Amino acid sequence: MAQAKRKAAPKKAAPKKVKLRVSDEVAVQIISMNKWYGDFHVLRDIDLTVYKGERIVICGPSGSGKSTLIRCINRLEEHQQGKIVVDGIELTDDVKKIDEIRREVGMVFQHFNLFPHLTILENCTLAPIWVRKTPKAEAEEVAMKYLERVKIPEQAGKYPGQLSGGQQQRVAIARSLCMNPRIMLFDEPTSALDPEMIKEVLDVMVNLAEEGMTMLVVTHEMGFARQVANKVIFMDEGQIVEQNEPEQFFSNPKSERTKMFLSQILH
Amino acid sequence: MTHYVRTKDAPLLPPPASTTGIVGWLRENLFSSVTNTILTFIGLYLIYLIVPPIINWGFLSAVWTGEDGDACRSEKVGRAVGACWAFVEAKFGQIIYGRYPVEERWRVTLVYVLGFGALIPMVVPSLPYKGLNALFLLAIYPVVAFILLTGGNIDIGTGFWIGFAVLVAILLGVAFFAASVAKIIELRDGIKGVAMFAVPFAAVVLVSSADLGLAPVETSLWGGLLVTLVVAVTGIVASMPIGILLALGRRSQMPIIRLFCIAFIEFWRGVPLITVLFMSSVMLPLFLPEGVNFDKLLRVLIGVALFSAAYMAEVVRGGLQAIPRGQYEGAMALGLSYWKMMRMIVLPQALKMVIPGIVNTFIGLFKDTTLVLIVGLFDLLGIIQLNFTDPNWSTPSTSHSGYAFAAILFFVFCFGMSRYSIFMENRLDTGHRN
Ligand SMILES: Nc1ncnc2c1ncn2[C@@H]1O[C@H](COP(=O)(O)OP(=O)(O)OP(=O)(O)O)[C@@H](O)[C@H]1O
Ligand SMILES: [Mg+2]
Repeated sequence: MAQAKRKAAPKKAAPKKVKLRVSDEVAVQIISMNKWYGDFHVLRDIDLTVYKGERIVICGPSGSGKSTLIRCINRLEEHQQGKIVVDGIELTDDVKKIDEIRREVGMVFQHFNLFPHLTILENCTLAPIWVRKTPKAEAEEVAMKYLERVKIPEQAGKYPGQLSGGQQQRVAIARSLCMNPRIMLFDEPTSALDPEMIKEVLDVMVNLAEEGMTMLVVTHEMGFARQVANKVIFMDEGQIVEQNEPEQFFSNPKSERTKMFLSQILH
Repeated sequence: MTHYVRTKDAPLLPPPASTTGIVGWLRENLFSSVTNTILTFIGLYLIYLIVPPIINWGFLSAVWTGEDGDACRSEKVGRAVGACWAFVEAKFGQIIYGRYPVEERWRVTLVYVLGFGALIPMVVPSLPYKGLNALFLLAIYPVVAFILLTGGNIDIGTGFWIGFAVLVAILLGVAFFAASVAKIIELRDGIKGVAMFAVPFAAVVLVSSADLGLAPVETSLWGGLLVTLVVAVTGIVASMPIGILLALGRRSQMPIIRLFCIAFIEFWRGVPLITVLFMSSVMLPLFLPEGVNFDKLLRVLIGVALFSAAYMAEVVRGGLQAIPRGQYEGAMALGLSYWKMMRMIVLPQALKMVIPGIVNTFIGLFKDTTLVLIVGLFDLLGIIQLNFTDPNWSTPSTSHSGYAFAAILFFVFCFGMSRYSIFMENRLDTGHRN
């Protein structure tokens, strides 16, 4: 907990390194949270504080509970013990509160989850129109702005099935941004993509980080972690084993398990 | 003066005759091997056996006009007689209107015209005002049709209004409970929902009970195509929303709702439609208190609607199951509520996927309407059969012609639905790959 308070560290950062604008305001607070799937204890005693503007990368072996953890933050999964407070609202069974949180928290999935029966533009305007009650014309204008930002405004009239994986994922990011979220969750956004498409998606994410978006990113793109993250979290067997700033995390991991993991993914 | 300028496009050179054109087609499809050639000749022989007699019966030696059965008796006309279309012609009014009083038939015609007139612009995708059109078809038209066909002016006692008030109070209570205790809906939405049901319902009852000067026509006088269409259309229109709700309920997280839906679906699927019809027309009155007596046709309509809703529910559930979890998660992560998610994301995809199954159910239902005959309602087929007993028309070919005509009418409707479903499937195809 103590280390979470640390301000932006002035380090000999690589030239590309994204500047931090971390505030003291808490965006997400998780206190001794536990979750089970039936008898299977998937998340154990998770404590995590995310400040506004922080970019947190979560990594760990397959099955360690990374996806489950970030899906708990917008209640795609329910936790059984402990407390999760998002943007000042505690997650309970209250549907209203859950909807409120989901409006403020955007999520990007490994498999994009675009709606195949709607055009790209309709994908982007659906939630603003129906959830935020934005007038259609305004929603379309905003959507086009974000589609331009992810560099695919010319695809607005197409259907998701007509786009490449990288394009679809950028649409998914734009779709989330159209709701003007305060926190963005990414669950392995690039791991279903061909190598040549990964960069175009990561570029968009770096761009987002530069604007100071609070981000929690599950990814194994360690280059991205170094460039963007201000904290890297390593999970194993449902626990947070280590959290540290990227330089320290990669050069001087504290636990054996982290070392093992890093040696496997960084060759 | 001659100009050496072409005024017409040069003809495109045809591909070699061996691959296209009639000869190419024949060669490829009918004579590509020895077996195929043999099969082709067997097929031709079968066609020769079947088709000429049909043409002869239905057209060449058919009787098209005539005052009575004598026109169709070969000993009277002195030649072999095929189909007796004169019979169909003579009974055409009954086939279309049943025993509906002749001077009131314009009301049925008006209902037909309004119905088809509103349906055609609805099903042609390029025409505008789909929303208004749907509103007319689903909300206004049924009331108009009901009043026109029955004459309106239904007798409603204060008892009904008291019962109605109690029902609204109960619904409001449920909404309040769902909002404040179970917290599954918002109170405002709950009240809105109840109002959306209660206000139109009360309005419809008020209009239906007003005296509009139309002579009342008992449903026992309805018949023919009128009954077929009323039963089929009510079944089709009612089965869709009820079926969707049942399908959603069967996949609900809430055990009570799930259990109720499973029980409902399995019950109605487990009994034959004939049983349902018998129960509704023979058994139900035994259980109702003395003096309470509602219309036989209405009971049949309710039975058919619930029966087809159960089938529809399973078809829709098949579609729901094919929607990947990611679609739900994508929608939920954007903050869409359950109903919005279903309406905008899940159902459009699920329903599109099961269009063939839905239309299959519709067609099955349309043909099953003939079963109402056994509870004493005369649908299209029933009224034709009834007229076989007319001594004036008791000729050898009367029944053949009647059945043939019934088959043709049924085929036109069912084939139309089938083609339209294929058209819609292609139109709605957005080519998704995932
Ligand atoms: N719905 C579920 N029911 C039961 N067990 C589940 C469910 N979802 C996930 N699990 C289990 O929970 C554990 C954690 O899953 P999770 O998806 O969070 O892992 P992960 O760290 O994201 O892995 P990966 O890198 O493969 O995506 C896994 O062992 C998985 O089998
Ligand atoms: Mg995962």
